[in-house]
Amino acid sequence: MEMVKLTIDGKPVEVEKGTTILKAAKTVGIDIPTLCFFELKDMSIENRPGGCRVCVVEVKGRRNLAPACTTIVMQGMEVNTRNIRVLNARRTVLELILSDHPAECLTCAKSGNCELQSLAQQLGVREIPFQGEQSTYRKDTSPAIIRDIDKCIMCRRCEMMCNDVQTVGALSAVNRGFMAVVAPAFEMNLEKSPCTYCGQCVSVCPTGALTEVDHSRNVINALADPTKTVVVQTAPAVRAALGEEFGLAPGTLVTGKMVAALRRLGFNYVFDTDFAADLTIMEEGSELLDRLTRYLKGDKSVKLPILTSCCPGWVNFFEHNFPDMLDIPSTAKSPQQMFGPIAKEYFGKKLGVDRKNLIVVSIMPCLAKKYECQREEFKVNGDPDVNFSLSTRELGHLIKQANIDFNSLPDEDFDDPLGESTGASVIFGNTGGVIEAACRTAYELYTGKKLEKVEFEELRGMEGIRHATIDFDGLPLNIGIAHGLGNARKLLEDIQAGRNHFHAIEIMACPGGCIGGGGQPYHHGDSMILKQRAAALYREDAGKPIRKSHENPFIIELYKEFLGKPLSEKSHHLLHTHYFDKSAGVFVEE
Amino acid sequence: MGKIKYHMLVCGGTGCHASQSDQILKKFETLIHDRGLENEVQVIKTGCFGFCEKGPIVKMMPDNTFYTKVKLDDCEEILEEHIIKGRKVTRLLYENPETGEHVSDSKHMEFYKKQIRIALRNCGFINPENIEEYIARDGYQALGKVLTELSPEATIEIMKKSGLRGRGGGGFPTGLKWEITRAVKSDQKYVVCNADEGDPGAFMDRSVLEGDPHSVLEAMAINGYCTGADKGLVYIRAEYPLAVERLKIAMKQAREYGLLGKNILGTGFNFDVEIRYGAGAFVCGEETALIHSMEGLRGEPTVKPPFPSESGYLGKPTNVNNVETYANVPVIINKGADWFAKIGTERSKGTKVFALAGKINNVGLIEVPMGITLREVIYEIGGGIKNDKEFKAVQTGGPSGGMLTVKDLDTPIDYDNLIAAGSMMGSGGMIVMDENDCMVAMAKFYLQFTVEESCGKCSPCRIGNKRLYEMLEKITQGNGTPEDLDKLRNLSQVIKDTSLCGLGQSSPNPVLSSLNNFYDEYMEHVNLKKCRAGKCKSLMQYIINAENCIGCTLCARNCPVNAITGERKQVHLIDQEKCIKCGACMEKCKFNAIYIK
Repeated sequence: MEMVKLTIDGKPVEVEKGTTILKAAKTVGIDIPTLCFFELKDMSIENRPGGCRVCVVEVKGRRNLAPACTTIVMQGMEVNTRNIRVLNARRTVLELILSDHPAECLTCAKSGNCELQSLAQQLGVREIPFQGEQSTYRKDTSPAIIRDIDKCIMCRRCEMMCNDVQTVGALSAVNRGFMAVVAPAFEMNLEKSPCTYCGQCVSVCPTGALTEVDHSRNVINALADPTKTVVVQTAPAVRAALGEEFGLAPGTLVTGKMVAALRRLGFNYVFDTDFAADLTIMEEGSELLDRLTRYLKGDKSVKLPILTSCCPGWVNFFEHNFPDMLDIPSTAKSPQQMFGPIAKEYFGKKLGVDRKNLIVVSIMPCLAKKYECQREEFKVNGDPDVNFSLSTRELGHLIKQANIDFNSLPDEDFDDPLGESTGASVIFGNTGGVIEAACRTAYELYTGKKLEKVEFEELRGMEGIRHATIDFDGLPLNIGIAHGLGNARKLLEDIQAGRNHFHAIEIMACPGGCIGGGGQPYHHGDSMILKQRAAALYREDAGKPIRKSHENPFIIELYKEFLGKPLSEKSHHLLHTHYFDKSAGVFVEE
Repeated sequence: MGKIKYHMLVCGGTGCHASQSDQILKKFETLIHDRGLENEVQVIKTGCFGFCEKGPIVKMMPDNTFYTKVKLDDCEEILEEHIIKGRKVTRLLYENPETGEHVSDSKHMEFYKKQIRIALRNCGFINPENIEEYIARDGYQALGKVLTELSPEATIEIMKKSGLRGRGGGGFPTGLKWEITRAVKSDQKYVVCNADEGDPGAFMDRSVLEGDPHSVLEAMAINGYCTGADKGLVYIRAEYPLAVERLKIAMKQAREYGLLGKNILGTGFNFDVEIRYGAGAFVCGEETALIHSMEGLRGEPTVKPPFPSESGYLGKPTNVNNVETYANVPVIINKGADWFAKIGTERSKGTKVFALAGKINNVGLIEVPMGITLREVIYEIGGGIKNDKEFKAVQTGGPSGGMLTVKDLDTPIDYDNLIAAGSMMGSGGMIVMDENDCMVAMAKFYLQFTVEESCGKCSPCRIGNKRLYEMLEKITQGNGTPEDLDKLRNLSQVIKDTSLCGLGQSSPNPVLSSLNNFYDEYMEHVNLKKCRAGKCKSLMQYIINAENCIGCTLCARNCPVNAITGERKQVHLIDQEKCIKCGACMEKCKFNAIYIK
């Protein structure tokens, strides 16, 4: 490895060739402020357009100042990160950015989490010397995401996520100069664009320019309405991240406190989406086995690989981008949407509550879930199976608003019957988790043998695209896994081109899976946070007495009492769905 | 051309074109046809002659008679007198403003005397739509020489030795650029011609492409041979239809002659050129932005390195040179590096084309040796300031150049001296200002351009230039404070210091140079609320002189906002609150009773 020697603020530094000044400085404890720069280490996600110019430093012999985030170190370079020229320039640049930013911190959804706000604090900006016009743009509210472009600072992180990482292509810079904004093509509203609502743009936005549509007010109203029975379901990834909203270390599991908090918020029943995840495995796993068995018997009409369909961002993505492959994904609904009809048609009937008076709220790490629960096919006579979907962040705010001291809450258990879950369902929140859970069940159902070791380590990891072959007692089952929609696209294009032959593929839209979802507490580019959340879910799995979905006693009872068997007519009616070609829906004139 | 006695060269440059030169050309053709003179007289549409002030221009060969300001009605007379009777039409000849003497041959005109035409050597001499005329003037000889006698390395050596530097504004040594691109290993490389001329009022690249497109094609092929590229791309503004058309014709002809395409001149060298259209964004003249635009992406610059020579068009090594740079190349190969290096100053060799504009007598396109002084350009070639006004400043380098003053008039023009003086070479705009120009208003005018043309990628350019503009606006409206001047200076410096690309790094130049050279004018605006040039409307007042006013009411009747009151035969008064400073009153007054304070 070729090394480069330089000095930064007089300190000698030696780093690998190709390192940026920013990273070289970090190795000697010099933390140069940045704004547009963003990276998720080990996930090939990086944004360094060199646009904000906050990180400028002086390089001896260079005419102008150099952006530290993009300037590569050179042998013998002398860098100064804090002389008067640099500090004056950095402050002036920040003051300029602030002069074109609404001073709405008191009411901004991002307040407290805003990187621009922190930077202004860090640099001690107390007044903005530049007054002038502020660029304004119409507010765009989609089913899941709000674009408040007045707050956009053109860091282009969202664009990088949407185009380079997710290959969705909904957002890019349009117009020029002072009027430049990031927007969908032809400046249409997000809803008219190929946006999948994955929310990764929201995850990385440094300011309040991109935020989720807040449904907590609707939930508060439902909770206050005595005629309503309000049940809540919580997705697996929420319990591994919610603690961060209350200052707990990333990766702290707060399942018991979360249940306690939800109960104190006034939910009548606190259930678990994990229960529905176990149900998903029953349906999706059976579908896999059904297709596999028919395929092995020589049925040419069988479509393989089977693709998972738990992730609504992914579903939106293939509806927009792969309309010729709509028959490949599993028809099983996502756990959120399986939970809805079971709550309203099974549990509600048992209680004697009419579905109109039973409100189902979901707590999700996801923004696409907000859109998913509004889809027409998931409604009965206009009544949605899931009424409101809140993000992990929104739940955090809700708990704070209700004067609940989260950290001192006792651990409590979910309610029966829809609160019981297995370790298989908990790992749904991690990339590779759904297919691992499916393998645990499918293996036993297919081979009739007991699975001795439930962990399929070969399916785990943070690599964007992974392949593994699982031995089903002599039958090698080829599994593909992708997280991030760009990786999913690659995998799908390989299938289209006949370059790979999988039996089953798991796809999750967000980096790391749901633990890195668009509705999770902001990670600010710290990939360790994602890894710690993932580890927490595997810990939760390991600690569960039951770790295979088909062994969940309440699932067994549900089939016995209500559904019959997996893929039954009732299952099809309540738990399966179909997909739509949305490729033509894009770019329709308003 | 055996029997042809006369060639009539009609300027087809855009300026003359706009003054009906194409119709003049057609009329000549008709007249010649009617008289059956087709075998003796040939009419040729040429590129720009440069002396746009005097267009449309018609030049008679072989006697070098240079007719100026020719109108459709003059055609018959020129044909009758000059061709048939052999007598010059004196009234259409250039008149020396000093002596009043009529000058027939352009080489005796002050405008041309100090010019050395290398890049523009063929403009106004050949029919740009005929490859044979280019070949007749040594065209494609350099390409032939390079392909058959010289190695790429030897050719690059000539280019390096010549000292040619990029004419697009950057001034990077051309030979070195070629060498760097050559050194990068790749299965595919590209050479690009930057014809995205964006400076307002600049038209050197357009003139070369309109007047001598083959010189650019030839040079691109030589560049391809040297760098190892077999594909050339010309990025040209779609607003240059004539240049595009002539380039297309030239490409077609060059292919027909085996000078573009496969196996050029039987040497096994392949090279062809394609056109890419720009939509006129100023920032697309920056090479990384240009490349992104060609790729179909948003035209905005990216951080260098990587330089295009390493990773350019479609990620492949790409050598970008400007039109004027290319136009120099064949001559350097033909005449040698030493010949070229003798022209110019120590660090800036050869000539530079400037678009001379503003308050100057001889507006036009000139090519002068590096090292010539601004005084020679403005007073000798340019014929001095219009209407005998006083010279105040000259802006070089386009909208983001600096304003130079009387003290800079004797500075030899080259890359380094202009930068040292607070301006730059840029692509060669040269705008002359006189005593009636307000320097604050001029700075504001240029800032308005850069604000509009900023791509919006980096914060200092996107927001900083806007704030500069707003501060200048405040000052020209009489609301400025002395602190604003300090703010202006600091912000200008920061924008230069922190912007991503050349646009932002130079956009505050007009502000800084005018602050440095005309600080007293800024102070007058701020402290005395006065604009000495009378350009800042908010700072001026139309006043009625009671001694001259006879109360005719004409001004009051013409005021569009009813700001003037007064009884008939009484002295009138202008309500300054209402007045919008349109000047209609002053224009109408027959008694010189209205003046500006």
